[in-house]
Amino acid sequence: MNNQPSSRKLLTWFNPLGRNPGAWAFILNRLTGLGLTFYLFLHLIVLGRLAQGPQAYEEFLELTKSPLVKLGELLVIGAVIYHALNGLRVVLTSFGLGIRQQTQMFYLSVLLALVGTLVFAIRMFAG
Amino acid sequence: MPEQWTLTLRLYRQKANEAPRYDTFTLQVNPDEYVLDAVERVWAFHDRSLCFRHACHHSTCGACGMRVNGVEKLTCITPLRAVTQNGAVLTIEPLRNFPIVSDLVVDMGDLYRKMERVNARAVLPVTEAEIEHPASTWNPEDAQYLRLSDCLECGLCISACPVAATTAAYLGPAPLAAIQDQGMRRHPELLPLADSEDGVWRCHSAFECTAVCPSFVDPARRIMDLRRQVVGAKLRQVFGK
Ligand code: SF4
Ligand code: FES
Repeated sequence: MNNQPSSRKLLTWFNPLGRNPGAWAFILNRLTGLGLTFYLFLHLIVLGRLAQGPQAYEEFLELTKSPLVKLGELLVIGAVIYHALNGLRVVLTSFGLGIRQQTQMFYLSVLLALVGTLVFAIRMFAG
Repeated sequence: MPEQWTLTLRLYRQKANEAPRYDTFTLQVNPDEYVLDAVERVWAFHDRSLCFRHACHHSTCGACGMRVNGVEKLTCITPLRAVTQNGAVLTIEPLRNFPIVSDLVVDMGDLYRKMERVNARAVLPVTEAEIEHPASTWNPEDAQYLRLSDCLECGLCISACPVAATTAAYLGPAPLAAIQDQGMRRHPELLPLADSEDGVWRCHSAFECTAVCPSFVDPARRIMDLRRQVVGAKLRQVFGK
């Protein structure tokens, strides 16, 4: 019958219901990881376009001024900070350090990611 | 007169080759009773075809693991008061990541086989057990005593683990904790199992196992400690010590 482990259950990784902070960290880590991978491809495509000459470059600069793109950039910044800090949390706990504080370390990672994003947002939209 | 609550139990039902469904039963309960008592009452007074597992009723046999409102619980020690309130609907489902045999009963054979593969021990000499007191300082006469190991083999950790959901081959929290219990120094023969793709490195630190473990195993911490032990053992191999 059903209910066995299966690689098709991939989506259950992202279900936060009934889970604890440790799993939320795991979910957020996967989401930001996937997002950053997607961003990397986007970045490479854009760089490829830039190689097509000055006009393409100008067009691209125009595009970066749109608020939607700025919002996307903020998401990337938040994702980078969270993913990096949570990575450190996983490294530490994997060395046996701070296991009992892993929940607090998760909250701290989220908080710092939010603060970092806010700082960038202020500079981006004010500047 | 003990306090009375009216509860609606929403139970997962599935027999061989049937599509799953949920049946609901409304009953009077004392909120200080346990979830298993309520399930048992459904079986006793409403539907004798309901299948569920239990034996000891006091958190020893590890048979009564179920998901209560989505969260893995050892139902014989989970008071109704702790998981629901008067007039509410309480959803009870079988554990995840094990094949369903009937209704709330899952086939835990895979976990038991894995526990056997890692030679999980039911009893440990106190000196070998990782417990809160400095057992190593005991005099040898006292230290010969054996204690029951903490793991009930209830499978809650396997059910809660997101990695176990997608990889049947993953040893999983309880078996890895059982390797850690024995130690890489005393049991180097377990190193290849621990240090394998489906061993200690498969864990992705969701810490769900520790969150649901009803005993004192703390499997997540043990998996992390086993990583340290594995790295130590590998270094000793390289430097020939
Ligand atoms: S480690 Fe805890 S949750 Fe897992 S089988 Fe043992 S007692 Fe149950
Ligand atoms: S019935 Fe034995 S552990 Fe719950």
